[in-house]
Amino acid sequence: MSEKIKHFPGEQVKNIDVKEGRIPAVRHRPNAKYLWSAGIAMSRFLEGLKKGKIVGATCKKCGRIMVPPRAFCEQCFKPVDGYVNIKDTGTINTYSVSYVAGDASRIKEPILVAIIDLDGASEGMGILHILGEIDDWKQIKFGMKVKAVWKPSEERTGSIKDIKYFRPLQEV
Amino acid sequence: MSDVAIVGVGCTGFKSVTPDVSYKEMMFEAATRAYQDAGNISPRKDIDAFISVAEDYWEGISIFDEFVPDQLGAVMGHLFTICGDSIIGLSTAYMLIKTGYFDVVALESHGKPSDLLTLYDVVSFAMDPVLNRPLGGHPFYVGGMEMNRFLCETGNTKEQCAMVVAKNKGNALPNPYAAYGADIEVEDVLCSNPYFYPLNRLDISQPADGGIVLVLASSEVAHKLNDNPIWVRGVGWICETPSLETRCWSEAIYARMAAQMAYKKAGINTPSREVDFAEVDDMFSYKELQHMEALRLCGKGQAGKLTEEGVTRIDGDLPINPSGGMLGMGWPLEASGMQRLLEVVLQLRGEAGSRQLPDVEVGVAQSWRGVPTTTGAVAVLSNC
Ligand SMILES: [Zn+2]
Repeated sequence: MSEKIKHFPGEQVKNIDVKEGRIPAVRHRPNAKYLWSAGIAMSRFLEGLKKGKIVGATCKKCGRIMVPPRAFCEQCFKPVDGYVNIKDTGTINTYSVSYVAGDASRIKEPILVAIIDLDGASEGMGILHILGEIDDWKQIKFGMKVKAVWKPSEERTGSIKDIKYFRPLQEV
Repeated sequence: MSDVAIVGVGCTGFKSVTPDVSYKEMMFEAATRAYQDAGNISPRKDIDAFISVAEDYWEGISIFDEFVPDQLGAVMGHLFTICGDSIIGLSTAYMLIKTGYFDVVALESHGKPSDLLTLYDVVSFAMDPVLNRPLGGHPFYVGGMEMNRFLCETGNTKEQCAMVVAKNKGNALPNPYAAYGADIEVEDVLCSNPYFYPLNRLDISQPADGGIVLVLASSEVAHKLNDNPIWVRGVGWICETPSLETRCWSEAIYARMAAQMAYKKAGINTPSREVDFAEVDDMFSYKELQHMEALRLCGKGQAGKLTEEGVTRIDGDLPINPSGGMLGMGWPLEASGMQRLLEVVLQLRGEAGSRQLPDVEVGVAQSWRGVPTTTGAVAVLSNC
């Protein structure tokens, strides 16, 4: 409200008025469910995670080792030549400290998200994941070495969450 | 202004399910085939712009444009997504080339409805949330209501609609790209379960996965890429009112007006004489008849009779849906119009195999955006 105007005539509408049906509105909860086929490359990646491995793809033409893997090299526009295991260690490329959850509510323990350039992959290729075992996010540094912390093998399902988080390689 | 030709086609073929590939891998396959067909061009240097036809809700991914470049070879390229039917995508590619800024444009569309666990719930998002959705029911009842009014006003019959199904599924049998070819009788259609009266189960196209890529080029470069370019002579598209309460329920006005626009551009005055064959939307059996009449391939109320007389069969005087249509090939969401375009190109090139029509020069492809829309597009193609 403008600072100059202290009071508007009429009644102020609040969010609760909409929620409780005092304002005409129509509610609909969409039923949209998907089951995406992972396909050739992502199936290898997910099966690798289940085994505690990070899988990348190779292209002989440009010489890149690509992670996440893909069935084709998007630079050379040709099928990839093979799949290799990448190390589960890497360096922090960039990061953010997320204090806000998906529904825009405030969260007490911020989520530390980072892009991790993985060792053994071509430059600038890696994984988006969560950082853990860090008491104070100010300890995070660009170029910091990190390592994957895996779920126990019996709990792994073939998901990006088979890696619990990445932790600093050296104690911080 | 340059003329515009289709110089490359690539298709994955259509199947009821495709658990072996991701949508990206499907698109890559169609693109690879199309680029090879277009004189083995490289998308990394020879294609000036890319258009993908896709809808976020079908994909389950917001801003789907961002998920497209890699598999089309369009990284760092000029790409956008058209949220519409693929013949609207073709119209856009056509205009890009007409501007003179682009010589070679790739057009992609795919459908992977098997990735959708709640396909028909997603279809129902297209219904008005205030007026229609709360009433419940499967959105295809819109097709039932339209069929009912269309048959009532034109005198076409349910039996003639069933003949469309038998014909199209039969046409699809020799089409290696088709998912639902079958040798069935008119009686099978009429005896199949009623779904949305007067629509029976077999009157309705079934979902299919698959992708198609076309390469378009200006006349300056078309002949360098393909010895047999297929010319886009005219395009048109129309949106009517979306309102179920006030729309016309008997005639496909969108198709009539879209065709009018495309015919005018193509210089076609008497389509029933000048068009050799057509691929039209047959999402529901009656739609083929309704669209034939809207495209002025016959008079009002005549489409059923022509079907009965065998005129629209593959060996008739005016073949309709020699590919098998959507009833035979399957319903690949926004790629449905692309199936129509693909067949028209193959027929005009003389590459349609055992279903090849003799002596065809002008073909029409027509699409409808499906329930509950009144939007459609038309393209007139020729090989000379
Ligand atoms: Zn490469």
